[in-house]
Amino acid sequence: MSDPILEPVRFIDERTASAPLLKKALRYAFPDHWSFLLGEVALYCFILLILTGIYLTFFFDPSTAHTVYHGPYTELDGRTMSAAYKSVLDISFTYKAGLLIRQTHHWAADMFLAAIVIHLLRVFFTGAFRKPRELTWIVGLTLLFVSLLEGYLGYSLVDDLLSGMGLAIGYGVGLSIPIIGGPLMLLLFGAPFPGTPSFWPRMYIAHVLLIPLLLATLIGIHLALVAARHHTQFKESPRHTEKRLIGVPMFPGQAPRSLALMFGTWGVLFLMGGLFQINPIWQWGPFEPYLATNGAQPDWYLGWLIGALRLMPSFDVTVSHFTLIPNPFWGGALFPLVVIGILMAYPWLERKLTGDYRFHNLADRPRDAPNRTAFGVAFVFWVFAIFGFGAADRILVLWNIGYNTQLYIFRVGIWAFPAILFVLVRKLCRELQAAERIERAQHEAESEAEQEHAVLAGGAPPAPG
Amino acid sequence: MRRLLTTLIACASLGLALAAAASAEPLYGIVRPTTEPAQPSVKLGAELYAGNCATCHGIAGSGIVHPRPGAGDLYGQGPSLRGVGALAADFYLRMGFMPLTNPHYEPERDRVLFSDKEIRSLVAYVASLGAGPGIPHTGVHWVGDRGIAGPGTIANGLYQFTLHCAGCHQIVGRGGFVTGARVPPLQGLTPTEIAEAVRIGPYLMPRFSTTQISNYQLDSIIKYVLSTRDPVNHGGWGIGNLGPIPEGMVVWWVGIPLLIALCLVLGKRLRSS
Amino acid sequence: MRRWIEALFALLLGRLFRRRTAGAQTAGGSGDGSGDGSGDGRIVPAGSPERRAENWVLALLALAVLFAAGFVVSYAEFSPERLPNELLGICIGGALLSITAALTVVARRLVVTEEIEEEYPQEHPKQQSEVAQLVHESGSRFTRKRLLLGAAGATAGALGVAALTPAVSFGPLWDTGPLDESPWRRGRRLVSVDDVPFKASDIYEETFYTAFPEGADKEFIASPLVVVRLDPSAIHLPAGRADWAPDGIVAYSKICTHAGCAIALYRKPTFPVVEPKPMLVCPCHYSTFDPATGATVVYGPAGRPLPQLPLMIDDLGYLRAAGNYSARVGPSWWNVRSDPTFVNKPT
Repeated sequence: MSDPILEPVRFIDERTASAPLLKKALRYAFPDHWSFLLGEVALYCFILLILTGIYLTFFFDPSTAHTVYHGPYTELDGRTMSAAYKSVLDISFTYKAGLLIRQTHHWAADMFLAAIVIHLLRVFFTGAFRKPRELTWIVGLTLLFVSLLEGYLGYSLVDDLLSGMGLAIGYGVGLSIPIIGGPLMLLLFGAPFPGTPSFWPRMYIAHVLLIPLLLATLIGIHLALVAARHHTQFKESPRHTEKRLIGVPMFPGQAPRSLALMFGTWGVLFLMGGLFQINPIWQWGPFEPYLATNGAQPDWYLGWLIGALRLMPSFDVTVSHFTLIPNPFWGGALFPLVVIGILMAYPWLERKLTGDYRFHNLADRPRDAPNRTAFGVAFVFWVFAIFGFGAADRILVLWNIGYNTQLYIFRVGIWAFPAILFVLVRKLCRELQAAERIERAQHEAESEAEQEHAVLAGGAPPAPG
Repeated sequence: MRRLLTTLIACASLGLALAAAASAEPLYGIVRPTTEPAQPSVKLGAELYAGNCATCHGIAGSGIVHPRPGAGDLYGQGPSLRGVGALAADFYLRMGFMPLTNPHYEPERDRVLFSDKEIRSLVAYVASLGAGPGIPHTGVHWVGDRGIAGPGTIANGLYQFTLHCAGCHQIVGRGGFVTGARVPPLQGLTPTEIAEAVRIGPYLMPRFSTTQISNYQLDSIIKYVLSTRDPVNHGGWGIGNLGPIPEGMVVWWVGIPLLIALCLVLGKRLRSS
Repeated sequence: MRRWIEALFALLLGRLFRRRTAGAQTAGGSGDGSGDGSGDGRIVPAGSPERRAENWVLALLALAVLFAAGFVVSYAEFSPERLPNELLGICIGGALLSITAALTVVARRLVVTEEIEEEYPQEHPKQQSEVAQLVHESGSRFTRKRLLLGAAGATAGALGVAALTPAVSFGPLWDTGPLDESPWRRGRRLVSVDDVPFKASDIYEETFYTAFPEGADKEFIASPLVVVRLDPSAIHLPAGRADWAPDGIVAYSKICTHAGCAIALYRKPTFPVVEPKPMLVCPCHYSTFDPATGATVVYGPAGRPLPQLPLMIDDLGYLRAAGNYSARVGPSWWNVRSDPTFVNKPT
């Protein structure tokens, strides 16, 4: 009787010599903590983006050629629009399930970036970026910022009023890059905004081919690096050490969990795509460079940039009649560069400041690294506060707090509050550690007392703990 | 430590509340004659005007340019009402913009403190102060709960609205910010109120005459604005029709918590040693 | 806070799953598969059967099948206009989440919970130095290593230059000439978005208009204007623009000089005594421009005023451009403040 598992395995191994690798992979040890699953959530969002994206490529027309709409959505009847915008209207209204897949794709993009961010926070606050995992950290950060660009290109392809305004701002920020901004944007767009007709296929090929290939490659490298050095682990018991990894094997233990997470991620994303409307482009209407709306916003992961652009006071840096640094550069280009730079350099910065150049396979609990945790919280809050100001106009409409009032509060607050938070969080970490030490000392003292008591009473000492 | 955090949060909330309260308007009372006739009349309007409006708008609507102490603690200052016609009076009164307690405040939609008879009287009185535009009549009207009927098309309305209005009022009429003022959302207005606003250009809003927006185009705009009250959200829950801000909230307050919860179920929690 | 969330989920899921029994089975063995934990030749320890859990898995998979079928039926049944998006989403989402639940049951109840140990991969100092050594030794026959390396570098550089040369077809690398293009020239009429020419008498105070060059591409960045009429006595334009505002009508580029959005807001006072002056405002970052003083920036982040287009009124009363803009249009770049030499855009 042939073994239905052994037969194919033998077939593969005879032709690839990979049975040892397969055995090793199947029994790879995963640390079991829930926070190690966050990166997988991002991965599954990415896979769903590819799958739903492939569907959309069959229906999307990446062309700015003008056409007059006479389709099922009567509120846009007679409007002149680009073929790209019209094709997305058709996906939304003419093709069954097109709207579901389009919305799921967009929700998956927003969630992909959110998942990367919480995964990044887990890695940062547990010190998992330290030697020997700095390369994984760098690749991960690259993934974050390339994905950001990918999402921006994706929703700009639709050519609706909101994303068209966002594309104009991207053009403005690009122009503001000192000296080279003008030629660079002309190179990219082919002509002054809105660019030549070939700009749209350029965006399209970047979004559906070049960047996904880059992302897939980077994800592959990222996963290979993780597997090569193995995951970090928390020190849950004396048996968890820098040399010994204790975890659940990939097969059979981890596999159903990962699969469950995959289907669960996809399920949540499709539910979102069905239940929550996202980017109702028919309500915004098609984009024209001479049209605009109040309250235009980029997708959430670019909100930090609109906040920064709005916070800057008015000045261009000029040298005689040359404009060295136009205003958007500070908020739109320098600010994100600084954030990326600090994040990328952080493993080396921390090494230098702490003098700790050793290998680390054990993850810290956030409280065990008060300076890092405090810095992380302060840094995240700095970015988050700038992001928050980007919504100041809605805060005004909702709660009647003056825009100018908010401007002054935020201009001070984005520096003052992180500083205060740094001090507070560091204190909190140290107090938590101190409380634990006291508890542990008490516990030890109690068990010692129990032992002595048992010995005095004439019995065997009870089991420790 | 915990006390310090609680104190900080309490201070922040208090600060926010104070800021919001500072922009609110104080309560106000209406002065009216002890007995009012059964029908609206210019005479009643004059009496109501004298008691409630003259402080800022002057005797017989002549306007007050330099602030003058008036009734109560008010320093009156207000534009002339001569020639503004029934159009302006009807709009500002019916929507509760007037009376305005402080000439430096931005007028906001408020409780209407006058009765319908009193408003008609005041409108008649202001109209009598000099020839001015009358109340516009539009054929656009609600049919049942959600139907919108009358001349004009929503499609043309969306186009006109985008060109002339969306910059301040937001493409789906959810309001916004223009330097120095809050732009109000447009839901809950009657067709007449919308027509009046467009033709008056109240407060800081531009004034659109028939040369710029014809009556037919105005009807279309009215139809569109009415349709923003309940936009047909084909994709599911509209979450405010504001775009990426509520969308980001769904990501971080619905999607991510659900997935973190899933991770919690599938993984293990750290038992602190 | 976390404990509340955990408690809630424990409550909700406690009905379905019992808490993981303490005493998870432990298996020994390193990653390369030698050894076993229980001494009976097994790699994966045995576990007790769980028929109840199996039944749950079957039920959940059946539920998934129902949801998936629901999707197909809904898709077939409704026409595009009547097909509710929510229904489709619930069907697919329901199918996927049922599978998730089934797999969760498998993971927690049907698969043996093991804890294995593995050695973290160590460094390999011996192989590191062997690699370095063999590379060094391979060069034993070279006498002029540096020269050869330099030659290789030069070759790579030359090949790189050759490979990049076709990129020149993108266009001239440093020519920002297209940024100086403008369709406006003296005598060109202003038309509305519906191609109706503007007469000066069409322009009223207290409102704003969007205008384009007659016959030009409306989408070109230098085409759209925002036009307002002001009280002539209130206008104080910069030097040299004395006759740019005939009858108090001023025209500026509608494209914000900050980051390129359209200036779509106009604020006008009803009662100028207490209310602020007329202003053109951009909705993106709220740059505010004063039309009475040449669109100077009075609020917001824009770094330079809006370029002004000089106007004139012809014999028939139509508004025409009296020349080109006062400055280059759109967001700023390196050369934006040089003396503008506008290049006429053909259409």
